[in-house]
Amino acid sequence: MTAITIDGREFVFDDGATVMEVALANGIDVPRLCYHPELTPSGGCRLCVVEVEGRPNPVPACGLACEEGLVVATSTEALTAMRRDILDLFVSEHPLACETCDANGACDLQSLADRFGITETTFDTEVPRALLQDDNAFFVRDHQYCILCGKCVRVCTEVVGRNAIDYAGRGFESHIATPFDGIMVDSSCVFCSSCVQVCPTAALLPKPRLEVGRSWAVTPKRTVCGYCGVGCSVEYLVDGEGAIVDAQGFPEAPVNGEFLCVKGRSGWDFVSSPERLDRPLIRRDLAHELGLSDEPWEMPDTSPLQARKPDYFVPVDWDTALDVVADRLAGTVRAHGPDTVAGLASARCTNEENYVFQKFLRAGLGTNNVDHCARLCHASTVTGLGTAFGSGAMTNSIRGIRDADCILITGSNTSEAHPVISYEVVRAVNGGASLVVIDPRRIPITDHATLFLQPRPGADIYVFLAMMHVIIREGWADAAFIEERTEGYDELAGGVAEYTPEVAALASGVPAELIEQAAHLYAKGRRREMFGDGNGSTPQRGRSSILYAMGITQRSNGTELVLALADLAMLCGQIGKPSTGVNPLRGQANVQGACDLGGLPNVLPGYQKVEDPERREAMAAAWGCGPLPDRPGLTIVEMMRAAEAGDVKAMYVMGENPMLSDPNLAHVEASLRSLDFLVCQDVFLSETAQLAHVVLPAAASLEKDGTFTNTERRVQMLYPVVAPPGQARPDWEITQDLARRVDERLGRGDTGLWGLGSTAEIMDEIATSTPSYGGMSHERLVGDGLVWPCPTPDHPGTPVLHTETFARGLGKFHAVEARLPAEQPDEEYPLVLSTGRILYHYHTGTMTRRSEGLTWREPRGYAEVNAVDAEAAGIGDGRPVLIRSRRGEIRTQARVSDRVPPGVVFLAFHWKEAPANLLTQDFALDPQAKIPEFKVSAVRISKPPVKRGEADA
Amino acid sequence: MTTAVRVGMSTCGLAAGAQAVYDALTAGGDGLVVGRTGCLGACHREPLVEVADGTETMLYGPVSVEQVPALLAHVRGVADGALPEVVSRRPDRSDYPYLGRQVKVTTQLCGVIDPYSLDDYLAHGGYEALRQALATPPGEVIEAITASRLRGRGGAGFPTGVKWGISRDQDVGPKFIICNADEGDPGAFMDRTMIEGDPHRVLEGMLIAAHAIGASKGYIYIRAEYPLAVERLATAIGQAREYGTAGDDVLGSGMSFDFVIKEGAGAFVCGEETALMRSIEGYRGMPTMRPPYPSEQGLWGHPTNINNVETYASVPSIVLEGPDWFAGMGTDNSGGTKAFALAGAIENSGLVEIPIGMTLREMIYDIGGGCRDGRAFKAVQLGGPSGGCIPAELLDTRIDYEDLKETGAIMGSGGMIVADETTCMVDIARYFLAFTQDESCGKCVPCRVGTRKMLNVLTAATEGRAAQSDLDRLRSLCDTVHRTSLCGLGQTAPNPVLTTMRYFEDEYEAHVADKECPAGVCGMGGGS
Repeated sequence: MTAITIDGREFVFDDGATVMEVALANGIDVPRLCYHPELTPSGGCRLCVVEVEGRPNPVPACGLACEEGLVVATSTEALTAMRRDILDLFVSEHPLACETCDANGACDLQSLADRFGITETTFDTEVPRALLQDDNAFFVRDHQYCILCGKCVRVCTEVVGRNAIDYAGRGFESHIATPFDGIMVDSSCVFCSSCVQVCPTAALLPKPRLEVGRSWAVTPKRTVCGYCGVGCSVEYLVDGEGAIVDAQGFPEAPVNGEFLCVKGRSGWDFVSSPERLDRPLIRRDLAHELGLSDEPWEMPDTSPLQARKPDYFVPVDWDTALDVVADRLAGTVRAHGPDTVAGLASARCTNEENYVFQKFLRAGLGTNNVDHCARLCHASTVTGLGTAFGSGAMTNSIRGIRDADCILITGSNTSEAHPVISYEVVRAVNGGASLVVIDPRRIPITDHATLFLQPRPGADIYVFLAMMHVIIREGWADAAFIEERTEGYDELAGGVAEYTPEVAALASGVPAELIEQAAHLYAKGRRREMFGDGNGSTPQRGRSSILYAMGITQRSNGTELVLALADLAMLCGQIGKPSTGVNPLRGQANVQGACDLGGLPNVLPGYQKVEDPERREAMAAAWGCGPLPDRPGLTIVEMMRAAEAGDVKAMYVMGENPMLSDPNLAHVEASLRSLDFLVCQDVFLSETAQLAHVVLPAAASLEKDGTFTNTERRVQMLYPVVAPPGQARPDWEITQDLARRVDERLGRGDTGLWGLGSTAEIMDEIATSTPSYGGMSHERLVGDGLVWPCPTPDHPGTPVLHTETFARGLGKFHAVEARLPAEQPDEEYPLVLSTGRILYHYHTGTMTRRSEGLTWREPRGYAEVNAVDAEAAGIGDGRPVLIRSRRGEIRTQARVSDRVPPGVVFLAFHWKEAPANLLTQDFALDPQAKIPEFKVSAVRISKPPVKRGEADA
Repeated sequence: MTTAVRVGMSTCGLAAGAQAVYDALTAGGDGLVVGRTGCLGACHREPLVEVADGTETMLYGPVSVEQVPALLAHVRGVADGALPEVVSRRPDRSDYPYLGRQVKVTTQLCGVIDPYSLDDYLAHGGYEALRQALATPPGEVIEAITASRLRGRGGAGFPTGVKWGISRDQDVGPKFIICNADEGDPGAFMDRTMIEGDPHRVLEGMLIAAHAIGASKGYIYIRAEYPLAVERLATAIGQAREYGTAGDDVLGSGMSFDFVIKEGAGAFVCGEETALMRSIEGYRGMPTMRPPYPSEQGLWGHPTNINNVETYASVPSIVLEGPDWFAGMGTDNSGGTKAFALAGAIENSGLVEIPIGMTLREMIYDIGGGCRDGRAFKAVQLGGPSGGCIPAELLDTRIDYEDLKETGAIMGSGGMIVADETTCMVDIARYFLAFTQDESCGKCVPCRVGTRKMLNVLTAATEGRAAQSDLDRLRSLCDTVHRTSLCGLGQTAPNPVLTTMRYFEDEYEAHVADKECPAGVCGMGGGS
């Protein structure tokens, strides 16, 4: 046992611990201003100096490593005098005019001055940095309060990886600045406000809090962010009126620690938008038909994508609305059979709500026609990893990424779509890990890459196969792992034999040498060269982790691509251990949970196949209902086709917006219009809801309780932060209320199926019917939550999958063939369109485009076009561009950029005025996963004809 | 035999007009071999021209362009006009007292060889030490360096052999070597002179260190304000690669080693080793906490041996002549010689190399020739803004790390500025503090704000606005800044103040109590 003595008490310490860490962990409050547990110690504030026996001068505790027998005093008269002197110097630059300061009550300098009895400086007061920079929508930089602790600089460099700010100037003129003292938008800042988070004074203040957000005027309320699938915990600050004033991170958050991205930190204001739905609505033609309105009305054929402020609805009360919906759904079932009804569950609703929703479709309406947008993102993950490993989810934990030796990112724009996971990658790279990025676009994380492989869109499969070819050829495979844990190796080895790096280079445009280097780094888990292999001179295998997302899955060969990544990991034994694995990054807050809890047409909750009579019967028994439907239902794209063909007549859409998110929107619109009845349950009148007959107002995730399951399978509690607007209700309540009414109309009476009184009760039912959630209850989920599989109430959860055996027993190799995307560019459509997200917006923009700050940063749509293509088409940067595919045409602004290579155009799918999905195709689906090929469509670009009154530049 | 003419063409010579002299000699000297060389150290006599005709070796200086025709005529045996002043007539310059008391080790070839010529270096035994070292086990090389009692010439005086041993003992690769040539003290020019005059010696020292600790790459961090030194260094590195003392398989030994020149961007603090490494890594040069020390975790977290130019330049001679010879030149705790840039109010300014242990008096009077214009000596400042002033009564102090430290000054990297009776000691303290304050990196409070407050008191004193209580406050502030600053820059910033207050208290008293400047330097309120 190794111990040190601090202030006369003995403490044991872990290897590598500092005196500061041990002191703080044991309640010794060492004075400090520049220290942050997540950042490299700086030693700049000098307040944490302590006396060490045998050393002449005091030493900062933050940088002092524990050694056996060290004797430290943190509080002596001499130290106090010294600290008073130092605080005196601080205060000479930063007068304690606290009453007028926005950080009053939440300022570290203020509380330290208080602790040491400093009220004013004994030196001459000189404020060297009297500059207020108010140049963005998120925070102000008030330099007069800056004490140059440098925490903002370190968090930007060490965690966020943007290096947007640093110290500038010298001596008394030192200050924190963006390059050349410019404004924030001209820097590499991503407005995550992590700098604001760590600022100890009022030098960096969130704009929403100015004047109104004094610490005593707000109440902190914690819940999980409703945006992407990372599952960050956020602390919202709520004022006396019950309105959110601001949001911030907090250190105990299990996934994100203290740090957030711009959406999580600043994108909450949509909740109080005046456009929120607050009453049930019935379309005017239906209202007239039902005698609820005197005015006859006909639905116009204006596309929701073009409609400005549609006035199609009349408000009604809940009973009226739900009765109409129940009448229509029950009527359709009775008249045409259960399978003419379909429902879309939601990746933005809670586990409890998705569970109730699919239960309603299956047990209430009698159909398996339930799907949701996971179909459009990670369906190929579920099929691919399910086949290879037996479980279709992220194999490892988010926190484990920082300890990887090599990270391979492919088809994931991590920094923009999963920013907080990119922080993990940045930490790993800063610590010496190598990073291999394989992506057709020069995405931001490429700035940190050791190797960047840029295949032509769709040709990445050649790179993966050639990497495996090289690994086998060079003997870098993990023979023992293959032997003990897998099957089908010979088939794989035979399959990749023909894919030499040279073949792959020709097909993908990636130099053979780069493929070989990438294979080496990944297979051996090599760290960056400058840092050695991290294991001294032992050529031991390091830990390699694969991160991927929709660049892999949204492809007509998505399942095969996922299988290839699974092959790669198994080949090198890079799975089943911490900081390794195959990690699909899921895109929406609860897309994992919506899949887990049966929001899919072929499986019941817990991925139990609907064709399996035993599972079906067990589920029916758990629910207490009659036989469940045994035929897999329709997937999203199939539902749209069926609707157009008249085979699906009524749809129930909960919190989804296919009118922007699905491929080939012209077809989606035609399909939705051909329905007899469409009911949408949402927080806003989305493009889809505009086509609905009835619209039901739902509570947003910030307004209700329940659970979300994040991308690493962590089930976390949500807590209501604000009250829902008007009559809006949580989705689970609406669905149960509706189900009861449907039961009545189908002559079942009170089945007792829909009487769950709280989300906690729903979770208890989930635990009885869903094996991987079997050990969960809201009580257990408080705090850090639980990572499934968690089968029993005493099970601790499973952060790393497949450690001893794969979920399916042996891991299975699959020899896949290289297949190119279905729609290849040709003379008429010579460019490839790729779609995705940008940092500042999310999905179809219903939430982010109603956020003031996010909209300030990126107000409207744009397409990334390479300079070569822009010049050929005569299009300038920031000028309008027409993009046409075989499905349609859109007009947007060109952003001429080297992020896309020549021949590639990138368009985010957030913009209803320039909907990317008017251009994408829905004919080529992955044969197993049924996912459409969003990532590759053939297009052409042109300069739009000059409109009247528009000057041509 | 042909007459060989050489012109001193380092920065000091060029500043005095050596280029024009060289051009005139080349243009007018048919049949003459006109060569270039570095600085002999006698900067106050530049431009220096050496004329060797096989029978005598004349050193003239200063030589003006106007005197070149007379010089050329004299070389041809014709007397025509007045010749420049003769500095020395002997090849060993033993007749030149300025040089006579000096012992040249690190600067032995400065002013002797052509710094652009590898052949010249080789002809004077260049790279012989490297050959011998490569044939010696690394452990033995380190033992020899330790036995020589060589200590870090950057000023802190850490035993070089011990430092090398720590790097050697780390089992993490790769390892790095850094040569700190970021010479920033006002009035210091030791590194510049050595690199401009004999660049290969520094490379050779680094190569021996690389062999000893097992490093594969060497960075030379040099001020961008030294373009000539950078150019000569780059030329030498190119020659070394071609010759085989850099690159793969150095001199057939199997060792791979190469050099990278990293030019600084004008920050004084980058002379501090941790800031220097941050700068090489591509960050703003700001010091970080030690430990970890660079020998254990330096550049990019890897074991890194960092020494200054003079330390490396000492190494080849230790290998060739043996540790006892080197140790024999110094004192009990420190071997060898030390170079100083002698400047200020001194008669003979220039680069001086002396055996450690010589007294300040010998240095200033016997070599330096005393104060200029016969004025009275007042103090000598060692170690630039990090060092301190030593008054006349302590002139018999030996030039040795420990002895100097006792006076409150430091050995420093070699800056030695002489002040005479016309210098105000309050003003000189203010000057150095203003320098430190300007160069503070801004990271730690005692340095960034503390030195500012100190400066404010000194400025007030020189303007007649300071009170006695301000001086008391200054003293306690000096203690806080010294004890709590993050790096050497702040920790040593109070030294000029503390030493001047200690030895020239009466001058402070005069400024504060009587509002008078005894030296008549301070305006005391701008004449109001």
